[in-house]
Amino acid sequence: MAEFLQFLFSGLTSGSIYALAALGFAIIFNASGVINFAQGEFIMLGGMVSVFLAAAGLALPLAILGAVLVAVVAGVLIDKAAIEPARDAEVVTLIIITIGASILIQGLAQVIFGKGQHALKPFSGDTPLAIGGASLLPQSLWVMAVSALVVVALWAFFNRTRFGKAMLASSYNRLGAQLVGIDTRRVWLVAFALSGALGAIAGALAAPITMTSYDAGLMLGLKGFVAATLGGLGSGAGAVAGGLVLGLAEAMTAGYVSSAYKDAVPFVLILLVLFFLPRGIFGSRAVDRV
Amino acid sequence: MLELTGIAKRFGGVQALAGIDYAVSAGRVHSVIGPNGAGKTTLFNVITGVYRPSEGTVKLHGEVVSGRSPDQLARRGVARTFQNLQICHHMNALENVMVGAHLRLSQRLLPALLHLPGLRRADGGCREEAMELMRFVGVHEYALRLAEALPYGVLKRLEIARALALKPRLLFLDEPAAGLNPTEKGAMRELIRSIAQSGVTVVLVEHDMKLVMGVSDHVLVLDYGRKLAEGTAEEVRANPAVIAAYLGAGAAGATLQ
Amino acid sequence: MTSRWKALLALATLLILLPWLMPNTYVLDVVNRIGINAIAVIGLNLVMGYAGQVSLGHAGFFGLGAYASAILTSRYGWPPLAAMGAGMVGTGLLAFVVARPILRLKGHYLAMATLGLGIIVSIVITNESAWTGGPDGMPVDALRVAGLAPAGEFQWYWIIAACLWLAAWFAGNLVDSPVGRALRALHGSEAAAQSVGVDVARYKARVFTISAVFASFAGSLFAHYVGFITPQVASFLHSIELVTMVVVGGMASVHGSVFGAALLTALPQLLAEFEGWEMVVFGALLILVMVLLPRGLVPTLVRRLRHA
Repeated sequence: MAEFLQFLFSGLTSGSIYALAALGFAIIFNASGVINFAQGEFIMLGGMVSVFLAAAGLALPLAILGAVLVAVVAGVLIDKAAIEPARDAEVVTLIIITIGASILIQGLAQVIFGKGQHALKPFSGDTPLAIGGASLLPQSLWVMAVSALVVVALWAFFNRTRFGKAMLASSYNRLGAQLVGIDTRRVWLVAFALSGALGAIAGALAAPITMTSYDAGLMLGLKGFVAATLGGLGSGAGAVAGGLVLGLAEAMTAGYVSSAYKDAVPFVLILLVLFFLPRGIFGSRAVDRV
Repeated sequence: MLELTGIAKRFGGVQALAGIDYAVSAGRVHSVIGPNGAGKTTLFNVITGVYRPSEGTVKLHGEVVSGRSPDQLARRGVARTFQNLQICHHMNALENVMVGAHLRLSQRLLPALLHLPGLRRADGGCREEAMELMRFVGVHEYALRLAEALPYGVLKRLEIARALALKPRLLFLDEPAAGLNPTEKGAMRELIRSIAQSGVTVVLVEHDMKLVMGVSDHVLVLDYGRKLAEGTAEEVRANPAVIAAYLGAGAAGATLQ
Repeated sequence: MTSRWKALLALATLLILLPWLMPNTYVLDVVNRIGINAIAVIGLNLVMGYAGQVSLGHAGFFGLGAYASAILTSRYGWPPLAAMGAGMVGTGLLAFVVARPILRLKGHYLAMATLGLGIIVSIVITNESAWTGGPDGMPVDALRVAGLAPAGEFQWYWIIAACLWLAAWFAGNLVDSPVGRALRALHGSEAAAQSVGVDVARYKARVFTISAVFASFAGSLFAHYVGFITPQVASFLHSIELVTMVVVGGMASVHGSVFGAALLTALPQLLAEFEGWEMVVFGALLILVMVLLPRGLVPTLVRRLRHA
């Protein structure tokens, strides 16, 4: 039981990170129909910039705020410089563009921060709490609590504010949204900025646990994509559920089956899901019209 | 040759078709008419295998074909065109038509990879036939142009040529005259007549009553997914229920716009 | 003579002249790597450019070929050609089996599934170190056929050039055949293709299998040529490189594939001097080409020339 609890904690922690990453994918996908392969780089930036700002003497909250700002700027730049000029391009072209952005950001991080691995100081110490025979790091609590807060804040934004509702509306029907006066270019911009912030928060939260380096974004990004797809691309609740399912499946496999194949779990899972439910667990069953 | 019994189709809670019995006999021109949303295209899609009917059966030459895929129906001699044009824009017009001869050419990989002479000859023959069909529908001058650069009226005829390249016994035309000007509509009527004369059974969905009444041996009227009436053009035109439905739909359409 | 034969003749001429223009074996080595990549890219272009289906996992097939050659020759003493053939058959079978469920998917879901497939292959290769040597990689025997093995970049060049030309010829034949027409048709409109009798699922599975076999063959060639392989050959990044070569060179263009492979294999080598900045420049160029020339370089150039 203690063992199970341990795996549960670990699964919920990484699941929360995946959920934030998946939300980033979902928000951009909803606004623009683009799968942003640079989402993982936002997470990497969140970790790396926090580490370096903190090392430069900034207080931790300020360092994290700085990292979030950097990621938001990165998101805005990607949208303005790379996505907007090609907004009518094919899916593959847009995929390559975001991959180009991802490589570019990774390259810059490598030039600026070097190739080393770094860890951020835990937010409130590293004395584990003992719960039911399992130990829980305070940082895990931070991860789960902040993620939950972010999810609630996002929900409020999309359901309670005028602009949030406008963003949702334009994801259902872009032309319709334009007709009622919603500026879809602004919707895209906000989506990229928001996803940048989400990614950076996830990255800063995870950095004390997982270490971070210039290439840490790749796997996290891909797993976020898996989680978003698992939840049915574009569904916010689905993305959160997908992230948590993914984290738990990984932790349980690592604990009970094989830790070497932990990284394969998300991909096996998504293949199985897509084989049987071609639009994800929470996706709609659209019919092609001819 | 084609027989529908008790066909129903539901999408979620929407009943698109209900209790349709319908028979198509060989060598005639049949029309399916009805107001917008009456279920005409859904009926076509059920017959040609795009949708599986929720209830009922489709029989072709006595064989139950409901639930078969469109390509399996194509193998049984059923061809069609589409209301929303389905053209391969990055291929030239001739190639679009040649695709129609797909089932009559060898589909084995090895001869294709090695460019064997037998296949080349067969493909050349198919090219001649496709050219002939383009001449028949009157668009041969556009043969080598990319489809994306062609006007709408030409593409409509191109789709018909592609469907004919299948050498079908049964041809479904989904709104062949939609979007055409009066002259083009007249030419389309002649084309449909000559297709029927060549021995192909034609079923069309069409809004243009002049065209329908001018070519049809048999007319089926749908309204809200149900059969409202059927018979010869004359019978249908005189049917009070049909007149009411059309006037009602017209009035409703006017208020909507 | 058709324009396709002119292009093939031009490729042959280029391939025959090229090695005599090489200043040194280092450049020839880069050219050889370009040739091997180009074979895989031509295959991938059949799926992406002609049939219109994204695959973000093709390095998985490349890796399977490479490791089939490496493992069967060095651990089981198979003759290299037999190992290569076994790799192609095995990879082809795997691709054929997964093709139907995977290629039912569309758009981003298809991208996700193919990406997952490639990553699973690369994780298996990394973890099964008893066979594959794990993350450190493993050496590969020479490509010995009937007692002879190619020695040096120059001899290898002729082998690779011949294979590349054949790959371009096969791919061009396929595209020009009724099978290729059906593939291009289902790219344009699946509904139209089905309505004239094209079994869409079967055709997607066929082209996916063929392109996996191309990738496997290129992987085997690469393993023997370099003589040492690591799981990098099957990595997600390599998949991305292959896709990028297709798109930058030009979708639905066999010669675009060769050009894309040349550009994106050579570019990192040219940029390698600028320690760390090579990724920055590479990423920026990728974005720039895609924004300015979304059709890819070769088709855009061909269009310009035709209209000029």
